Amino acid sequence: MVASAVLFALMGGVQAQELTGTLKKIQDTGQITLATRGASVPFNYLDDSNRQAGFAWEIALKVADKAKQAVGRSDLKIRNMEVTPQTRIPLVANQTVDLECSSTTHNLERENQVNFSITYFAVGARIMARADSPINDWKGLAGKNVVVGAGTTTERLLRQLNEREKLNINIIMAPDINEGSMSVESGRAEAFVADDTGLFSSAARARNPSRWKVVGEPLEREAYGCMLRKGDAQFKKLVDEVIVGMMKSGEMNALYDKYFTKPLNVRNGFNMQMPMQPAIQELYQNPSDKAL
Amino acid sequence: MNYSWDFLVYFKPSVTGEGVYWHLLASGLGWTLLLSLLSWVLALALALFIGIARTLPHRALRWPAAVFVHCFRNVPLLVQVFLWFYVVPELLPQAIGMAIKQAPPTLSQFLTMLLALSLFTAAKAAELVRAGIEAVPRGQKHAAKAMGFGMVDSYRFVILPQALRIVVAPLTSDFMNVFKNSAVALTIGLLELTGRSRQFSEFSAQPFEAFIAATLIYMAITWCVVMFMRHVERRLRIPGTGGA
Repeated sequence: MVASAVLFALMGGVQAQELTGTLKKIQDTGQITLATRGASVPFNYLDDSNRQAGFAWEIALKVADKAKQAVGRSDLKIRNMEVTPQTRIPLVANQTVDLECSSTTHNLERENQVNFSITYFAVGARIMARADSPINDWKGLAGKNVVVGAGTTTERLLRQLNEREKLNINIIMAPDINEGSMSVESGRAEAFVADDTGLFSSAARARNPSRWKVVGEPLEREAYGCMLRKGDAQFKKLVDEVIVGMMKSGEMNALYDKYFTKPLNVRNGFNMQMPMQPAIQELYQNPSDKAL
Repeated sequence: MNYSWDFLVYFKPSVTGEGVYWHLLASGLGWTLLLSLLSWVLALALALFIGIARTLPHRALRWPAAVFVHCFRNVPLLVQVFLWFYVVPELLPQAIGMAIKQAPPTLSQFLTMLLALSLFTAAKAAELVRAGIEAVPRGQKHAAKAMGFGMVDSYRFVILPQALRIVVAPLTSDFMNVFKNSAVALTIGLLELTGRSRQFSEFSAQPFEAFIAATLIYMAITWCVVMFMRHVERRLRIPGTGGA
């Protein structure tokens, strides 16, 4: 009787608490499903060698590693599942995907369906236009044809701005970032509005990068975080611990350098050339899981 | 599943300040109907000529019609729309190409999609028209000739009235397909019903409600098409000739 109580206590120590939700599902099925994106450079993408890579993807792998220990299954398999901006929320909500780490903005509407981890990046919407264009700020977009990615939070910000300031912008919708830059390169739109990271990477990948400029005060800062099932405090705690641990240990800074300041295995060594801004440093020093 | 349902979301204002969510869907429905109905009318008119041309003895008419059908029927609609929207303006003289690209976006998106959808649908419907003409018993053509009808008159008074009655039923599914295919317009940014549902789903973070509404609306549209075509079929039936 005593022996079994001791044994029970020992087991309790190893497995600190009863697994629930996502972790229980991972333990039962022996696999964790991570969301992948095709071209969300440099967050989550397929590189030139056809391997999944990215700043947020590596964070997801770290979490999977931690989950493997937590569920006590060394045979845990990682399953990749491709998502798009339109499919990612339903796929996380309906338990197809366990964790989605890419360029996903944490906002209040999305909190109705999913939870977000500690923020690991922040962006702001800006404007890309031809270097010789008269557009230099948001007011300069008045009456112009402007392209924006369909279904992005930037589209929402641009529409809000358009309504608020009565700018009469002709908003053109592009299904993805590549069609967006194509519209502005071919002259169909005079400006492309997207988050600054996306614009820098589009401009750098354009045929002639010097023909482009990125202008305008960032409209509103947006937080990027990993998306996970709503109300799953146990899994969220695990994800947050991994991310905060990476921030405290300096691992996050190293990861940042790898993806934002060094050549990537994309289009023959494309380089984001985005040294860390004070706003991001601030995020890593004071981790937060709040929408900005 | 861990999803918070909210069926009142349709009556909530959009986060962009552009009206309540059902307004978004209603405006999308308007574009879907306008685009599909116009495309259908244009496609039918074109299909009639091309389908007839495919059955004529003159090679100079039969060949271009065959090429048309093969080009527009064998390439996915998505690819065709992409070509019309992004590639064709680059092939035109620069001044014309630029004028097209600088036109108000909704207008150029709508006209591009109207063109692409009409041609695509026409190519499919033309094959039905041709099949209908070929299904008219050979004896009818011979009889028309024996009665002294020329080519034009025998098509007009003998062959087509029978052929077109034969194809009404198969055309129903093409008519339904026009509405469903019109959703491809969202890839060039036209905010028709599917585009609006996606927007609704993104802005509200209530994707299931948005697409449930879209599903019901599409089903209602196709149900109307079926009812309408049945009515047409009944009206056209010649008493005593059975189904066809």
